[in-house]
Amino acid sequence: MAQDKPLPVPDPVTQPYWDGLNAGELRIQRCRSCEKAVFYPRALCPHCGSRDLGWITCSGRGTLHAFTIAHRGTPAAFKGSTPYVVAMVELEEGARVMTNLIDVDPTPEAVKIGMAVEVVFEKASDAITLAKFRPR
Amino acid sequence: MMGLSGRAAIVGAAESDAIGILPGKSTLQLVAEASLNAAEDAGLSIRDIDAVFTAGWRPTEVAEYLGIAPRFFDGTQVGGSSYVIHVGHAAAAIANGLCEVALIVHGESGRSRIGMFPEGGGPQLPAGQFEAPYGLPGAVGSYAMACSRHMHEFGTTREQLAEIAVATRKWAAMNPKAFSRDPLTIEEVVSAPLICWPFGKLDCCLVTDAAGAVIVTSLERARDCRMRPIRVLGFGEGLDHQIISAMPSYVHGPGRISGPPAFAMAGVTAADIDVAQIYDSFTYTVLLTLEDLGFCRKGEGGAFVAGQRTAPGGAFPLNTSGGGLSYTHPGMFGIFTIIEAVRQLRHEYADQGPRQVADAAIGLIHGTGGRLSATGTAILGRD
Ligand SMILES: [Zn+2]
Repeated sequence: MAQDKPLPVPDPVTQPYWDGLNAGELRIQRCRSCEKAVFYPRALCPHCGSRDLGWITCSGRGTLHAFTIAHRGTPAAFKGSTPYVVAMVELEEGARVMTNLIDVDPTPEAVKIGMAVEVVFEKASDAITLAKFRPR
Repeated sequence: MMGLSGRAAIVGAAESDAIGILPGKSTLQLVAEASLNAAEDAGLSIRDIDAVFTAGWRPTEVAEYLGIAPRFFDGTQVGGSSYVIHVGHAAAAIANGLCEVALIVHGESGRSRIGMFPEGGGPQLPAGQFEAPYGLPGAVGSYAMACSRHMHEFGTTREQLAEIAVATRKWAAMNPKAFSRDPLTIEEVVSAPLICWPFGKLDCCLVTDAAGAVIVTSLERARDCRMRPIRVLGFGEGLDHQIISAMPSYVHGPGRISGPPAFAMAGVTAADIDVAQIYDSFTYTVLLTLEDLGFCRKGEGGAFVAGQRTAPGGAFPLNTSGGGLSYTHPGMFGIFTIIEAVRQLRHEYADQGPRQVADAAIGLIHGTGGRLSATGTAILGRD
């Protein structure tokens, strides 16, 4: 029997991020004191300690920062999905986010660090939409 | 800080009665065996222990099982490096008179999963919200992703990473307790089944059942123990994140934080190290650590390990037990770096040819825990 893939459970601080994805927008925090992008969402800026954080809507564009291609050793629910690419994407706004790189051949020949990528909103349940990325 | 150097010493070091695949033994039983064996190695009784340092289990759970009521305890749990960090914490506590005989212990039925301590997070934690939905394969996926960045920035190759696995296997071949002892070639490592690219099966540590323990005491008391004391000359710890997506730089590990204070306290430099035990959860863990500790420059780890430099007879004896890659790895290998360093510095292998690093007087131990998250570095010296 196929196991359901794990879904996030938002908390009060992260809820606006998940609300944004459901609305088709990639929203992250930016610190009003040091102006750096903040991810994951927090109650304080991890760069300077300020509590003065606001939300911005990202362009959805970024570059591939790092990746792995999962063949074995995956969580049980992902065994039927191998091979797949787990990646870190550096957003134009400066934050780095974990994601899956989709619509690409999952080989080191096709996936290249530095490649340009864009967000794809993938509905995972009634409550949750995930931000995945594809080459652009 | 200088006041702490050399004031404590390791006097006992041992594994559980057996290591490997042990479906008949629970995790706490393994802990008890290693604790008893380490105390016996020191010529002490389990009743002499007045401080407990452990991770995975809570100190309460270990002390209860052993039937002791320590006056000092520390459950710092930052993954497999915890026990190396405990060495520093124990040495500091001993030097300040807070305790006298410290047990540091780790046991895990990592393979057979008998009586395991509880693990795991939940879907509302940072990892549950921002990593788990993408199927990140735990430690192996995390370290693999970091490694991809090193390959991109510095041109590090899978063949260079494989040098580490091959050299470590040569040490394991001389260790009767090692799990994997058959000879290995670089070609076999790079062509092994992929787990998470760029790691194949042989870039990854073993999964075994095992426990290890060490006893630390004051230098004065150590000199009355059964074995030659191995002094704790310096130590440091460092961390800069927990989950891999929050790691500031995939090519700079916390070893850059934990190394310098350890060397400074000991009053030695990288060039003074005779033998090193560096936690090898994955081949990349070792390569990154060698750079972070200053054994070579940043980005040059691949060239440093080339030509079997870390193998028996090489210029840089490393992971002389066979490491987590080939000797044993129940879950948190840090404790075994300490045990092997003690044995090398005692010259326990003096009658075993190249297995003994000749005239070893100063050793380095280094643990990396979590997702390249937290490290401990310590410098040990033969008394
Ligand atoms: Zn800030």
